[in-house]
Amino acid sequence: MNVHAYDARGFARGIETTAAWTLGALWILPLAYAIWTAFHAGEFATHFAPTAPLTLQNFATAWNAAPFARYLLNTILLCAMILAAQLMLCTLAAYAFARFEFPGRNVLFALVLVQLMVMPDVLLVENYRTMNALGLRDTIVAIGLPYMASAFGIFLLRQTFKTVPRELDEAARIEGCTPLQVLWKVYVPLARPVYLAYALVSVSYHWNNFLWPLIITNSVESRPLTVGLQVFSSTDQGIDWSIITAATLLTTAPLLIAFLLFQRQFVQSFMRAGIR
Amino acid sequence: MTRTSAWLHGWLLLLPSAALLALFTHYPAVATLWHSFGSTPKGARPSVYVGLDNYRQLVDDPIFWQALTNNLWYAAGTIPLAIALALLMAVWVNGKLAGRGLLRLAYFTPTVLPMIAVANIWLFFYTPQYGLLEQVTGALGLPAHNWLGSRNTALGCLMVVTVWKEAGFFMIFYLAALQQMSPHLAEAAAIEGASRWHFFRRVTFPLLMPTTLFVLVNAVINAFRLVDHVVVMTRGGPDNATELLLYYVYEVGFRFWDSAYAATLTMVLLMLLGAAALAQFGFIERKVHYR
Repeated sequence: MNVHAYDARGFARGIETTAAWTLGALWILPLAYAIWTAFHAGEFATHFAPTAPLTLQNFATAWNAAPFARYLLNTILLCAMILAAQLMLCTLAAYAFARFEFPGRNVLFALVLVQLMVMPDVLLVENYRTMNALGLRDTIVAIGLPYMASAFGIFLLRQTFKTVPRELDEAARIEGCTPLQVLWKVYVPLARPVYLAYALVSVSYHWNNFLWPLIITNSVESRPLTVGLQVFSSTDQGIDWSIITAATLLTTAPLLIAFLLFQRQFVQSFMRAGIR
Repeated sequence: MTRTSAWLHGWLLLLPSAALLALFTHYPAVATLWHSFGSTPKGARPSVYVGLDNYRQLVDDPIFWQALTNNLWYAAGTIPLAIALALLMAVWVNGKLAGRGLLRLAYFTPTVLPMIAVANIWLFFYTPQYGLLEQVTGALGLPAHNWLGSRNTALGCLMVVTVWKEAGFFMIFYLAALQQMSPHLAEAAAIEGASRWHFFRRVTFPLLMPTTLFVLVNAVINAFRLVDHVVVMTRGGPDNATELLLYYVYEVGFRFWDSAYAATLTMVLLMLLGAAALAQFGFIERKVHYR
């Protein structure tokens, strides 16, 4: 079967392959450069000798110069806490919107969707005030709290739950299941791929989030990796570039390695999350 | 299930999410408006109602206008380019190019890296004298240039980083849409003798319209939401050349601690995002077919 009737052929194909690969090389260049710098001694940062000796010294220096282990732990706690809360809250809310008739449903759904446009990222000033009033400033909970109810998650799961045949739902109820049991036994298992997709998107978002954590934290005990990296690389102690790059790779490595191992799932998850 | 029981279930299921959304999305949005009409509390002096004073200050504030203009240029420069590149990438990795799996990986990788890490890497790229860019231009015999330190190029440098970071992300959505397109369309068009470009312009591109809209909305939000690279690379300088609105909010709110004026600036951001939302639901949605 001629699936790709419009694939380039012959000469045009050669040009396109070259162009695509040139772009690909440009896209990977910054990361490749960072890896080069991090694994070589400082003097090779701008001097590309293929025989330059490899070293792990930069990583060791960076690791010892700042409490990255603590930052890593904070980030993992943060991502896990947000994800657990999001999965639970969004599941319940999506179930309500997908399968229950109640007054105010449409208005409430519209109010939920507001968060797609007005994200917590732009409401820094007021959310800081609120966290202060709640006495939560400089805690990991404060970083996560504004993101726990996620309009995106509610929307995504509602769409999925709506595709579940009503007959399954009714059959479970005739068996004597309560609404929550139906949710747990019928809807949640059927939505498993969507949960995976949402989880990957959520973790990579919060692993990388920076501005809000920067504002709301100011101690080693609550700072996530991104903020820790910024504190580390902006202190003017004449730290050389190789070490900053090593620190940068350190903070990115867990997510990057996970991505490389599970790249198919990652890409498919982002796709699934984007289709509406 | 009785009707009242359904009501009760619906409301109770919704309650936790609704409470958090109300506290951290709806209340702060309304509070921003309210605080933009007050003064910043100082020491023992509480906030007092000052009417439109903050907005008068806004109109007279050259840095605000600079930040707004910069942000609009930034949006105008990054959004079309990132979307066009994303579409091109998606068409390429959807075709039968050699090593497309690897290529897809190369395009997508910047998406999983934190902006803050990416900015650190690019900062080194742009460094005067010994940065990679300077070495390349130096080898070509071009004069030395301080890319991030010059008013003319600093914002452009940030735009390059943004496009680099976002194009691969948007590519994924185009790729998903392309893979869902029926191959029969291309076969039929080929039999009719339509050229490749004609097929793309008249069939593929219109069919991708919903995806383009989705990507566009995301790109617009990101253009006003993401300023991590400004913090790392330029801090709004030189001479406010890279001052973006949210970064200015951050500076006013958390470095000068002028919360009332920061709220006023946030109102501008909220209005811009609101306008984008209205544009999406009203004007553009009608032009997007095949939904």
